[in-house]
Amino acid sequence: MNARIAYIASNTFREAVRDRVLYNLIAFALLLSAAAVLVAQISIGIERLVVVNLGLTAVTLFGIVIAIFIGIGLVSKEIEKRTLYTVLSRPVRRWEFIVGKFFGLAGTLVVNTFFMAIGVFGALFYVAHKFTATDAYILVALYFIILEFLIICSLSLLFSSFSTPLLAAIFAFALFIIGSFADDLRGFAALSHGITRWFATAAAYLVPNFSALNVISAVAHQQSVGAQLILQNTLYALFYSTMALSGAVLIFERRNLK
Amino acid sequence: MSAIEILGLEKIYRVGFWRKRPKRALQPLHLTVEEGEVFGFLGPNGAGKTTTLKMLMGLVFPSGGSARILGREWTDPEVKAQIGFLPEQPYFYDYLTAHELLDYYGQLSGVPAKDRKRRVEEVLLRVGLTDVKGMQLRKFSKGMLQRVGIAQAILHNPKLVFLDEPMSGLDPLGRREVRDLIQQLKQEGKTVFFSTHILSDAEALCDRVAIIHKGELKGVGAVEELTASVQGRVEVIWHGTQVPAAMKGLGAECYVSGDTVRAVMDERMQDAAIDVLRRERIRLIAITPLRTSLEAYFVERLQHSQTTAGTSA
Repeated sequence: MNARIAYIASNTFREAVRDRVLYNLIAFALLLSAAAVLVAQISIGIERLVVVNLGLTAVTLFGIVIAIFIGIGLVSKEIEKRTLYTVLSRPVRRWEFIVGKFFGLAGTLVVNTFFMAIGVFGALFYVAHKFTATDAYILVALYFIILEFLIICSLSLLFSSFSTPLLAAIFAFALFIIGSFADDLRGFAALSHGITRWFATAAAYLVPNFSALNVISAVAHQQSVGAQLILQNTLYALFYSTMALSGAVLIFERRNLK
Repeated sequence: MSAIEILGLEKIYRVGFWRKRPKRALQPLHLTVEEGEVFGFLGPNGAGKTTTLKMLMGLVFPSGGSARILGREWTDPEVKAQIGFLPEQPYFYDYLTAHELLDYYGQLSGVPAKDRKRRVEEVLLRVGLTDVKGMQLRKFSKGMLQRVGIAQAILHNPKLVFLDEPMSGLDPLGRREVRDLIQQLKQEGKTVFFSTHILSDAEALCDRVAIIHKGELKGVGAVEELTASVQGRVEVIWHGTQVPAAMKGLGAECYVSGDTVRAVMDERMQDAAIDVLRRERIRLIAITPLRTSLEAYFVERLQHSQTTAGTSA
């Protein structure tokens, strides 16, 4: 990686840590501990299913909230506070700044997810008293969740490069919700006719397909995830993130910093 | 080789919500700054000084024209490794300490790791922040932030330093320190381009100045050249209730207040006024410049442009 991108990414990570973003882990730990104790008492025979479902859904929601709320401020906050002036007046290209910010936020989310994953496995061990080979599928689900975060990070950066933080947050949340129902949208497009079909199909393929990245229910039922899906999702997430990030760079390259 | 060549840079903003109309922030600007000069870019608030600096730094895109910095196109990112920039009212990452911030900027400027620690310590010492280098910037006062701003501008030993209102927000002692620093930079052979609306600073420091008003260049040259045709004003105060007749002959406007007399006159009459007071054995209390020659020139240029605008309208 270009050294300047690494420096910007590292500073973005440091900002998240100093701004106490990782404190969310405390809330996550409390939530999961309480859930594990409760589930152990009331769910007979399905403790594992409930804990994996609840744990991975919490990992997703905590991460998405962090990705959006930090992502929307990455560029706009720097412009508003004018911290960008002393960065871009150095030999730093604008695209390097955007890409560095992206990697910094992605790194923060990976570290955050790592600690939350330890929490999920801890809760699982508490209720099941042992690990089985199928528990390894949880790692695949966590990998897909990180891919979701990459997409949301890049979209937040894209929206923050041309709109206000509030609007950027609304756009990003809306896309996360719509994208979570991307499969249903595709089903609706297949059933509709005329211009509705055309619009629904276009929308279904434009929004990020988070349905395909959500395998929480499958791994909770100890079902395996195919290698082909892993490859497809990896390529899809990388492609989508690259496109969104390129859009953010294109807009930012032309922006006057007043 | 010139340090800066501005070749017709101009900026037009589009303002308004629906039917956007053009608003010219900067008329095509032609300006050359030689290497090793301390150059003052003067003008009232809103004159276009910051817009010009932002265009040179690549923060705002010009509507036309171009520039060369240290012999290369100003858009060349490698040029930026050789320039330092202090923005107006700088704000930094307040979660970092002064040392961490300067280290980060050193990384971005390409200062080698082996030299970086030494350079950071040197500039911290130079701006008097060594004692607070481990304190987060959110706890810094405005004056301390301005010092951090100056430190980051000179950290990577640039050949050319741009300072946007460097004395802004500083107390008299801080202003004096910045003045000293600018003079030191000149002695080190660096080119300093600074914008200000405090004319006494410019008069004390600059080899040459340019005056800008409403986005238009009104004059450029050495301070002595520009002020040759105008006179500053001084205020002379002495103890007593009488105005000597000879003092009136100097064209002074005199005001008696209690047991002191205040006279306002052209600065070239200052020595003659002192002679009169000595001859009359009157006790001199103070002589204060009211308007320096540069201020007089500045006001004259601004009034001239307003008269011209009024006539053409």
